Amino acid sequence: MRIPCPLCGDRPLEEFTYRGDATVTRPAAAAPMEAWVDYVYLRDNPKGPHREHWRHAQGCGSWLVVDRNTVTHEITQAAQARPAGEVQR
Amino acid sequence: MQYSITSLAKQALRGHQGWPEAFRHPEPQKQYDVVIIGGGGHGLATAYYLAKNHGITNVAVLEKGWIGSGNTGRNTTIVRSNYLLNSEIPLLEWSLKLWEGLSAELNYNVMFSQRGVLDIFHTDGQRDEAVRRGNAMIMNGVDAVMLNRQQVLEMMPLVDENNGRFPVLGGLLQPRAGNARHDAVVWGYARAADRLGVDIIQNCEVTGFERDADGRMTGVETSRGRIGAGKVAVAVAGHTSQVMQMAGIRLPVESHKLQAFVSEAVKPCVDTVATFGVGHLYISQSDKGGLVFGGMLDGYNSFAQRGNLPIVEDVAEAMMMFLPSLGRVRLLRHWAGVVDMTMDGSPYICKTPVEGLYLNGGWNYTGFKAIPGAAWCFAHTVANDAPHKFNAPFHLDRFAEGRPVDATGGGPFPNHH
Repeated sequence: MRIPCPLCGDRPLEEFTYRGDATVTRPAAAAPMEAWVDYVYLRDNPKGPHREHWRHAQGCGSWLVVDRNTVTHEITQAAQARPAGEVQR
Repeated sequence: MQYSITSLAKQALRGHQGWPEAFRHPEPQKQYDVVIIGGGGHGLATAYYLAKNHGITNVAVLEKGWIGSGNTGRNTTIVRSNYLLNSEIPLLEWSLKLWEGLSAELNYNVMFSQRGVLDIFHTDGQRDEAVRRGNAMIMNGVDAVMLNRQQVLEMMPLVDENNGRFPVLGGLLQPRAGNARHDAVVWGYARAADRLGVDIIQNCEVTGFERDADGRMTGVETSRGRIGAGKVAVAVAGHTSQVMQMAGIRLPVESHKLQAFVSEAVKPCVDTVATFGVGHLYISQSDKGGLVFGGMLDGYNSFAQRGNLPIVEDVAEAMMMFLPSLGRVRLLRHWAGVVDMTMDGSPYICKTPVEGLYLNGGWNYTGFKAIPGAAWCFAHTVANDAPHKFNAPFHLDRFAEGRPVDATGGGPFPNHH
């Protein structure tokens, strides 16, 4: 498996670390406990297309959002987790 | 037919042409008291214990492929109960005790071999961890022996004793642990359950659940038509999320793949199950002579039953550090199994939010060894609509309640357990 890092190009799997499902979003601090349990523990775990977080740890260090198929391992898209313009200064 | 020395002699005289089929291949009936989804070790054993311990014999086991075609046929066959937490040891130790009598109980040789599991350590920190684990085991009535360096090298003469970076300091041995023949476990439980009246239905994929107005389970839709069920028990490791999703339940599970490797056959040289504490490597030798070994998870969600090459390289490197004399041994085959990885590294054997639906899954790496004990507890849970004390900690609500069973302290990251 090779992941197309938007900054470095196609790079081999060994350079990346995996975090997991990128579709779960952190609830507000005051959100009810059920929302937090959902966010921290529950996953769709789809068999097929999966949007997930990877970090190019042995490369540029970017956090990426990668669209990958969990059956074929085909990667259809890899983008930076947060566009540079949105980084808080 | 009861297998015995007499039946063997009779069949030998007939040239082994008269052996009856080990189990029937029935057509599905319209209605069962319990339908079990998944014809692996857990599903078949659950059917057996439902019939034997609880007198529930109107049971069907539905398998989408052939029995044992999933993880029961894809693991490295290790059986052990060298666990750390008081909540997990009783279940795995009960399982080991059932293993010890399993061939006699099933009248089927599962080739359970108590050759010991030896965890070798290389640093002071690892020794502290091994002592802690050994003490936890002894306090729960499990056998554990600390070996010094010399004893380890006597048991495993092929270990590289001159490794300067990772010297062998000692090992934690569980003498009663070992391994078993994985296919025989499937066939033995299938035959024993069949003899008690259980229907084993292969090539029958469950495609949906049927529930009444109150939401209670009443049956399953399958590729071979509707089958009514008083209760439905799910034991489908690898695809637990997909099956439970049909009942509208999201789970704390990710599917990952774990690789295993077999070398060409060589003369007997590893007579225990050994683990190398530096990388992640475990190895044993099959009765046919092949070295059976494995390493870490591939590390990302996947349903592909094939492994990636970085892990092959990682395992090969660890092997060269651990047993360098095996460097010229050729690899015969390798494969991957799809395992349910959970948010704390522990399984689920429990009721679910849907009445009449029960779950046995989330076994991480540890499903094979747990087959007898987990299925025994799962049958208890299904029959009594309440867990046995051994599986009481392994329910789905434990995360919301703040009671995860997390031996490694890895936190809610399934690929870290």
